[in-house]
Amino acid sequence: MTGTPVLAARDVSMVFGGLTALSEVNLTLDEGQILGLIGPNGAGKTTFFNCLTGLYTPTRGTVTLRGTRLPSDPAAVTVAGVARTFQNIRLFPSMTALENVVVGRHSRMKQGPLASLFHGPAYRRGEQAARDRSLELLEFVGLGRVHDELSRNLPYGDQRRLEIARALATDPSVLLLDEPTAGMNPQETEATRQLIFAIRETGVAVVVIEHDTKFIFSLCDHVSVLVQGKLLVEGTPDVVRGDPRVIEAYLGKPPDEVEAEVRHYADETADHTQVIELDGGSEGDKR
Amino acid sequence: MATLLQQLISGLVLGGQIALIALGYTMVYGIIQLINFAHGEVFMVSVFGALATYNWFIPESWQQTWPLALLAMLVGAVVVAVVLAVLMERFAYRPLRNAPRLAPLITALGVSVMLKEIVRLSFPGATAAVHVPRAFWDEPITFKVPGGTVVIGSTGLLVIVVAIVGAVLLQVYISRSRMGRAMRATAQDPDTARLMGVDPNRTIVLTFVIGGALAGVAGVLYGVHLNNVDTDAGFLTGIFAFTAAVLGGVGSIKGAVIGGFIIGVIKTVGGQYLPGGTAYDLVWIFVLLILVLVFRPQGLFGEPERVRA
Repeated sequence: MTGTPVLAARDVSMVFGGLTALSEVNLTLDEGQILGLIGPNGAGKTTFFNCLTGLYTPTRGTVTLRGTRLPSDPAAVTVAGVARTFQNIRLFPSMTALENVVVGRHSRMKQGPLASLFHGPAYRRGEQAARDRSLELLEFVGLGRVHDELSRNLPYGDQRRLEIARALATDPSVLLLDEPTAGMNPQETEATRQLIFAIRETGVAVVVIEHDTKFIFSLCDHVSVLVQGKLLVEGTPDVVRGDPRVIEAYLGKPPDEVEAEVRHYADETADHTQVIELDGGSEGDKR
Repeated sequence: MATLLQQLISGLVLGGQIALIALGYTMVYGIIQLINFAHGEVFMVSVFGALATYNWFIPESWQQTWPLALLAMLVGAVVVAVVLAVLMERFAYRPLRNAPRLAPLITALGVSVMLKEIVRLSFPGATAAVHVPRAFWDEPITFKVPGGTVVIGSTGLLVIVVAIVGAVLLQVYISRSRMGRAMRATAQDPDTARLMGVDPNRTIVLTFVIGGALAGVAGVLYGVHLNNVDTDAGFLTGIFAFTAAVLGGVGSIKGAVIGGFIIGVIKTVGGQYLPGGTAYDLVWIFVLLILVLVFRPQGLFGEPERVRA
């Protein structure tokens, strides 16, 4: 894929106190690309997303969107064109599905606090346009029929798709999806995969965090592997899938080493059991 | 019968004033979980703002014509209250937004003492009652009921009408408008709202502005209805309004208004009929508050507190 990068992270590091969560991570997202970000738990994937959305300001390094440095305020980052969903669903629970999406339109609407008080024709047109666009997005993710339901009453899979619709409502150039298929069954996962392809067709570049490597390898053009805050490998799915370091870090160690570990673990548990018995014995002695 | 109706009406008038102030408490709590104890003082300062406008800033001919005088006082009171609310948010509460909840609460108490002292210093003699002009059409409305007549002052009627209309407008604003949606989103999940492009500072300032404006309106109505004010006016009314907000369910607009009317009616009707008379009217209000908190801690119309992720 050639062309100007939409989103570029250069040497991004994030340090919390003494803990280095991210260390000089580089990432380039091209126009129309779907990029997968994988790595074991605690590798810093969500931290990296937080750096890309202004929730965290990186300790070192820069993030640029189409060559312009991103502001450090999350609301301004959204206005600039980066939107996201969350690993733990974070909808506005007491709003309907439609209202949730209209909130996403907020920064693309012009009506100030007084305009909405006097309900002029321009105000009504703006509200109507936002509603229409939001309904369109709900149809797009397949939730048109439930737009009047409170978001907290929607089934789990629908909530995940509603989050995607809400993020799309901000007219992003880049969409960040944090584990979009977590907890989904195979049919829902496949539907999500098709949805992400459809989003790409609308001209939005996508970054996906996932644990499901099969899902990532069948979805993405490019995969980056993050391990302990460092970028371990990146490349096409085929390159990444075959890399021994990835297999070790992400998918586990080769079988013989694993066997050795199991034996070691068995020894330790045996010791542990002994300790318990000794404890039990001493307690019995006391009585 | 006539006495009961009369007390009921007085209660509703008092309740209307309480409701307008309770709206400010409930909205600010809803969005930043802060009980803004200085809000009662904002109301009190706004009465003095109206008075200062009347005394110092309008020509004598306006003073003679009540619609002009009322309008001028309304503008004066609302401007003073809104400016005060915005300054308070900017300099007292915003720096403490991520501090433990106790810090802004104590700050609110400090702000409230400060406001009271500022008024005391700028209006010598304001600790005793200061006269506020009537500035409204002053025909009381009398109607006959079995066993006598019932009177409702025109200013009293104004209070009730303004409180109800104000609350309905506010409810519509919050449920239908762009900024209202932003306020609800910020109240439900401030971080997510920010990530969806909603500027939290603007949203929170707007909440304080609306609360302040309503307190300003309540201030003028209080002044023209009772025709006097002193520096303690904010304290008791503030406590009533806070109680009304808790009773109705903090965060709920409907709750704040109904809570306000309930408290007003209990005070007057309870003072008339319950043992102990007016000396005990406050007791019944707080007994009711305690009962509600024991059996329905989220208040009459509040949503039960959800565990946040």
